[in-house]
Amino acid sequence: MGFDRKVIIAGVYEHPTRWAPDKTMFQIHAESARGALEDAGLKITDVDAYFTSGVGPIGVLSMAEHLNLQPRYLDSTSIGGSSFVAHVTHAAAAIAAGLCEVALITYGSTASSERFAVGTGGAFAGDPPDHFEAAFGPTVLGSYALVAQRHMHEFGTTAEQLAEIAVTIRRHASLNPVAKFRDPITVDDVLASRIVSSPLHLLDCCIISDGGGAIVVTSAARARDIKKRPVYVLGGSEACCHTGMGKRDLTDMAAKQSAPRALAMAGVTHKDIGMCMIYDSFTITALETLENLGFCKKGEGGAFVQNGRIGLGGELPINTDGGGLSSNHPGMRGIFLVIEATKQLRGECGPRQVKDCAIALCHGTGGTLGLRHSGATLVLGRD
Amino acid sequence: MADEKKYKKPLPRIDEESKGFWEACRRHELYVQKCRACGAVRYYPRALCPACLSGDTEWVLSSGRGTVYTYTVTYQNQSAGFRDELPYVLAYVELAEGVRMLTNIVGCAPEDVKIGMPVEVTFDDVTAEITLPQFKPA
Repeated sequence: MGFDRKVIIAGVYEHPTRWAPDKTMFQIHAESARGALEDAGLKITDVDAYFTSGVGPIGVLSMAEHLNLQPRYLDSTSIGGSSFVAHVTHAAAAIAAGLCEVALITYGSTASSERFAVGTGGAFAGDPPDHFEAAFGPTVLGSYALVAQRHMHEFGTTAEQLAEIAVTIRRHASLNPVAKFRDPITVDDVLASRIVSSPLHLLDCCIISDGGGAIVVTSAARARDIKKRPVYVLGGSEACCHTGMGKRDLTDMAAKQSAPRALAMAGVTHKDIGMCMIYDSFTITALETLENLGFCKKGEGGAFVQNGRIGLGGELPINTDGGGLSSNHPGMRGIFLVIEATKQLRGECGPRQVKDCAIALCHGTGGTLGLRHSGATLVLGRD
Repeated sequence: MADEKKYKKPLPRIDEESKGFWEACRRHELYVQKCRACGAVRYYPRALCPACLSGDTEWVLSSGRGTVYTYTVTYQNQSAGFRDELPYVLAYVELAEGVRMLTNIVGCAPEDVKIGMPVEVTFDDVTAEITLPQFKPA
């Protein structure tokens, strides 16, 4: 079972823009594709599989046209911000099965320059469950706030503990020259920022930026054609978590189901993981994800994130790029989790490099935590 | 009753699966569904029981009583309607019948809402067609 080191991430590219009123979303996709293919040392004509999300119902076709691709494998899995993490697993499975050989995954968004209210607008897809929710005013942010409030009530998690996550990730952003917000903040700064939806403060929330990125996945057999050190796709799994039949425990996440499967597929355990890239739409997302991934017990996340454990130099550094909380969040952040983890495993991260990191774990959360969300876990490793 | 033309928030769509629920709300009654085949209680309403896929459904009149499972006081929502009514309380209420439903807590100051607080249903006739079930302190 598993990919048996037969599939690698060959190229990655994070678009450096955070504000692009002069570019279209499709242009950001294309520039990101160019960057990732250059990183891999491959040509656009080598691509025979294409993956994207966030571009409209059949936007994967429009994007394929925009890039003049002739793929033999297409995947527009759209499960929210985690989609691109799932795409890597899907690409690896397709490559391992011989359905394709060079998979291109792209993302682009101009959410910031279009002034799109990512977190504080309504969230109304018009599907059956929405008709029992939207009338009551659940913003994306509010849905996560419901979870934070419950977590605090059940486990005594404090606003200071949540703030510690924002402070740590901002410190990481200060080491990333393209991060949108780089000035250090303190726990007091977070607590002094206005409450947007209780108990979440403004600085508990991810930023909004423009941006994009791309990933090239291929077979290990092609590694000799690749410029960069190969990063292996070791394991991946996904799950979803919804209101069930009205009985959802809000402290449970999809990560609780996907992580054990991904780790087992990779043949590793938690102690083997050198760093994590976790979707940090809000501080509570990161805290609850650490619990549900199994790095600590449920309810112990508050203590876990304190005393430097999740910072560079700590036991389990997370979000070394500055995360969605400080670096970039164009609406769907999953692709950046995989890009940064790949760079860490290659040793390309300069002042924010995690020492001796041989295995990294990415976990994307998509949708809204308090209503329905997806989780995609990916385990990556190097030789 | 609010003026329908002035009501700006999203309205639920009444369809074959949900009309029993919304028609009851118009009568100021709250119903949940119970599967006659396996006994599972469910919310939101839908035609088939997701536990066993039976379509044999009983509508059960709810006591309308429950407790606050969690809540958030929303201070920012840029959507039409909501932005004029800030702050408001979004909550999951756990009904005595055992299901949790997303709703609003009304009838008290937002800062007085607490998890575990007993609440009871109250109905807001927002249009001629739609009545929303909300909750107030019991």
